[in-house]
Amino acid sequence: MGFPPEFKVVVDKEKCIMCRRCTIECPYGVHVWDEKKKTIIRKEENCVACQRCVFTCPTKAIQIEVRPPAYSPHPVWTEKVRRDIRLQAETGSVLLVAMGNEEPYRRYFDHLVIDACQVTNPSIDPLREPIELRTYLGAKPDYLELEESYSDIKLKTELTPNLKLETPIMFAHMSYGSISLEAQKSLAMAAKEMGTYMGSGEGGLHKDLYPYADHIIVQVASGRFAVHEEYLKVGAAIEIKIGQGAKPGIGGHLPGKKVTEEISQTRMIPVGSDAISPAPHHDIYSIEDLSRLIYALKEATRYKKPVFVKIAAVHNVASIAVGIIRAGADGVVLDGFTAGTGAAPQVIRDHLGIPIEVAIAAVDQRLREERIRNRGSIIASGGIRSSADVAKAIALGADAVYIGTAALIALGCTVCKQCHRGKCAWGIATQDPKLRKRLKPEEGARRAANLLRAWSFELKEILGALGLNSIESLRGNRDRLRGIGLTEVELEVLGVKPAGR
Amino acid sequence: MNVDSSILDIIRAKKLIERRDIAPRIREEGDFVVVDAKGLHYRILNEVVYELAEKYKKIKLINVNGQRYIADGLRGDYYIEIHGTAGDDLGAFMNGPEIVVYGNVQDGAGNTMNAGKIIVHGNATDILGHSMRGGVIYVEGDVGYRVGVHMKEYKDQVPIIVAGGTAGDFLGEYMAGGRIIILGLKRRFTSEIVGDWIAAGIHGGAIYIRDSIEEDRLGYGAKIAEFTEEDKKYLAKILEEYCRTFGYDLNKILEHEFTKIVPESHRPYGKMYTD
Amino acid sequence: MCGLAGILNRYGKRISGNKIITMANMMEPRYDGRGGGFAAYGIYPQHRDCYALHIYFDNEDAKELTEEFLKEHVLIVKDEEIPTRKIKEIPKRYITWRYFVEVPEKFKNNEHDYMISVVMGINDGIEGAYVISSGKNMGVFKATGMPRDVARLFKVEKYKGYLWLAHGRFPTNTPGWWGGAHPFNILDWSVVHNGEISSYGTNMRYLEMHGYKCRLLTDTEVVAYLFDLLVRRHRLPYELAAVALTPPFWKHIEKMPPEKKKLYTYIRMTYAPAMLNGPFAIIVANSTTMIGLNDRIKLRPLVTAKDDEFTYIASEEAAIREVAPNIEELFAPKAGVPVIAKLEVD
Repeated sequence: MGFPPEFKVVVDKEKCIMCRRCTIECPYGVHVWDEKKKTIIRKEENCVACQRCVFTCPTKAIQIEVRPPAYSPHPVWTEKVRRDIRLQAETGSVLLVAMGNEEPYRRYFDHLVIDACQVTNPSIDPLREPIELRTYLGAKPDYLELEESYSDIKLKTELTPNLKLETPIMFAHMSYGSISLEAQKSLAMAAKEMGTYMGSGEGGLHKDLYPYADHIIVQVASGRFAVHEEYLKVGAAIEIKIGQGAKPGIGGHLPGKKVTEEISQTRMIPVGSDAISPAPHHDIYSIEDLSRLIYALKEATRYKKPVFVKIAAVHNVASIAVGIIRAGADGVVLDGFTAGTGAAPQVIRDHLGIPIEVAIAAVDQRLREERIRNRGSIIASGGIRSSADVAKAIALGADAVYIGTAALIALGCTVCKQCHRGKCAWGIATQDPKLRKRLKPEEGARRAANLLRAWSFELKEILGALGLNSIESLRGNRDRLRGIGLTEVELEVLGVKPAGR
Repeated sequence: MNVDSSILDIIRAKKLIERRDIAPRIREEGDFVVVDAKGLHYRILNEVVYELAEKYKKIKLINVNGQRYIADGLRGDYYIEIHGTAGDDLGAFMNGPEIVVYGNVQDGAGNTMNAGKIIVHGNATDILGHSMRGGVIYVEGDVGYRVGVHMKEYKDQVPIIVAGGTAGDFLGEYMAGGRIIILGLKRRFTSEIVGDWIAAGIHGGAIYIRDSIEEDRLGYGAKIAEFTEEDKKYLAKILEEYCRTFGYDLNKILEHEFTKIVPESHRPYGKMYTD
Repeated sequence: MCGLAGILNRYGKRISGNKIITMANMMEPRYDGRGGGFAAYGIYPQHRDCYALHIYFDNEDAKELTEEFLKEHVLIVKDEEIPTRKIKEIPKRYITWRYFVEVPEKFKNNEHDYMISVVMGINDGIEGAYVISSGKNMGVFKATGMPRDVARLFKVEKYKGYLWLAHGRFPTNTPGWWGGAHPFNILDWSVVHNGEISSYGTNMRYLEMHGYKCRLLTDTEVVAYLFDLLVRRHRLPYELAAVALTPPFWKHIEKMPPEKKKLYTYIRMTYAPAMLNGPFAIIVANSTTMIGLNDRIKLRPLVTAKDDEFTYIASEEAAIREVAPNIEELFAPKAGVPVIAKLEVD
């Protein structure tokens, strides 16, 4: 049993000049040159709506349309449900998907609104007056001890290492393997230019990225691929990945066919062998084991790098975060259930975990109740789509955010959700040398840096409207947020008042 | 703002200057009329001034301390002398008069004034000359933060602010026209002639500072322009009256290095937005 | 818009309330009559070692409950009504009482924190009772009204103190009730404030983490608690506490010599949630010091002057001129840079 195509390829015959560009651009085999008939045939069932042909067609002759529902409508047995069941009946397999959660859960960011100044407090204009976004990630002491001598004041307290961000937005961990070297390079260059950081992902660090390593947070995940002493030392910080929002509680798997020569070198595994990240770290079965790993990493780097721990936002996230900070981490990364991924089982992606907004609120509040909020930073990740989301995350209590999908969209991604197939038409989620060439790191870096520039400026506009001239006065300032259309319990969890109060 | 009903009663009464409690404060002195402002509520003092302005061109106010809005919206060729500390918004919306203050002025002097002259034998504070559209303000000493914020010019209406001392941050913020000249002759509390973020958002007019200024102290949209002979001639002309007023030596002032600050463009934020 | 005034006799000479009342009256156009008040240090020399609790009660029940609570936790040396005049401008809405109390011997080693918990215990736990000041040898007098009427109500001119603060209010964001008027006080600290603390949410949650409870519906209380936390508990010198509250911009920190740069960077990092943001001018006092401070970009006015005996701080020059006509140099503090006047005798 096949499936009716989801998309329709519409070609304007008058505009088409038969240049065959689309047959080269499409990696999915939709546009195919028929040598006998001397014409292009369109295999619509292969189309994923990646838009590559649309953008590259020199005469703009192609348009992709969604096909009207092919099934008789039913509110429970939706077309998607029926497609999924038929596919599983056919293959007996777990459904594998890419990008973030597609279920229509409540997106709390869209139910939060931000305050602004009127009269009693002049709004500040970021065009003229200074507004600061600099953020330090890492542990801060409870207080500073000073030595006061006759002539001057000397510090007795020495701070542990912190990361200095010129804007509270970083590029999320996306491994070399899941995305191309060109995509990683684009983000690395942009991070360096903008005074922020990118995550290495768990695939190690290609030698080409070493010049940017002081702006890269290196990840230590359960597979420990390429985790060696030099890797730890060149990075700006270390992040232990316990879990990720798109697939809490499960591991990862880079198929052997994707382990090319270059990837094999970087990951330090043989060409063609599967790269398996176990579900848990097998040296961490409990919190004291996490502490052991944190300090092993700190020792290895002579206490010169902050160590963060990333977890998927799950029901008990607040207590887990407290444990993580008490275990010695300099920050906790919370990855919400809308986080993207290169590949995850659909059932896991769409049904496990909790929204990032409530995770931030719960963790920030609990760390304060435990009086350890200063001992570690909160980095929020997963489903951050705009500067407004950034501002709301920070007002709820985050120190900074990671953006993954948004960064990829900046590089050209159209969210066609085919990352797991390795054929990305935009040269992002692929290792195919021909496809990779489509992404020029300089151009990617320009676009990624521009995104940060624009969002940073918008953040300043928001701060200015709030009458705040520095980001630290927004952090945890839930007083400047109001909820719309939320229940009393939801408001309580988020720690915000309803609009009108 | 709360005004006592007793004050309202006084103001509502016709001919304030003839009242028994006000009249003794008023006397003629040559072609001046003199008012003792001591302890007078600003509403009363200003009503008195408006009434006197119907008859006299020269008004002297003594024992002024903090009364606001003096000469607010006053139009005509008046000469008003103030002895003491003038309160907020001195000469706001003023159109023509000359005010000479022997003492300091509080925030917002010359706010949105259209024409006339304010001469301060003392210091001024924040937002001096806010949105000023014409006329001149001469201050002998220091001026505060955001001086000349959003001054503008139109054709031959070019407002000018000159200060002999120092200025705070955000000098000429948003400036859309006019001239600001800071001389730094006396530096009472600081070695720096002006604060930071100079001319942030400037898109018209020019600022002359009698010192060297590092590029990184300019606000967004401002740049340093060459200080030419032409500029020097312009300053010589402008500062002639200023120096005469306060007894400064013009030649000595002009011997020193000046920095001229102008807008980078008339549309500093053209590239900031996209749609 | 509000108006602030402060006056310190640096030699500890006590003066009547008349000067501060005059200063406050000079700035009447800044107030709307919905809050006025005074703080006075040195007014209870006969009980100088006792905490003087000024408490407003809604009714006798609240007073009774409070007295039970006090008897349980402190030693009441003396208590009496805070004397008032009957005036038409301010109908008396509360029972105004003062208690001179001592901390029981066993809590003496941690006296301050103990007293803070007593004060918070009343404010937070007893309905209809509001501790409006709790320092030694000092007191706050405040109500809903113009400062001149509040002064008449409480006979402020009859007290003699060496350090005075005054405040006239034009409230916009928080309700005008007696407890919401300024000065705001906690133990030795008193604060008067003009403007708005836009970072209130951040500051409040930081203070709550350190055991303070913000319950008075005013953003000003965070200022007093922050001074208590930074100066008393964390022992930061006043100058550095001011750096924590209104730090220089990173741009300026970058240009400092290395040692200073590090110190300032550490302060900004460690005390990020303590930063006060928004337009404000404040005068903060304790029994030995008076501090004036503006926000980081100076959005509210503040001037100061000093003569042989006194240091003055006010929102407007006229307020200072009126009581000190012979002052030569007045000075408007720079954005975020404190003016600190200290008592030169013990």
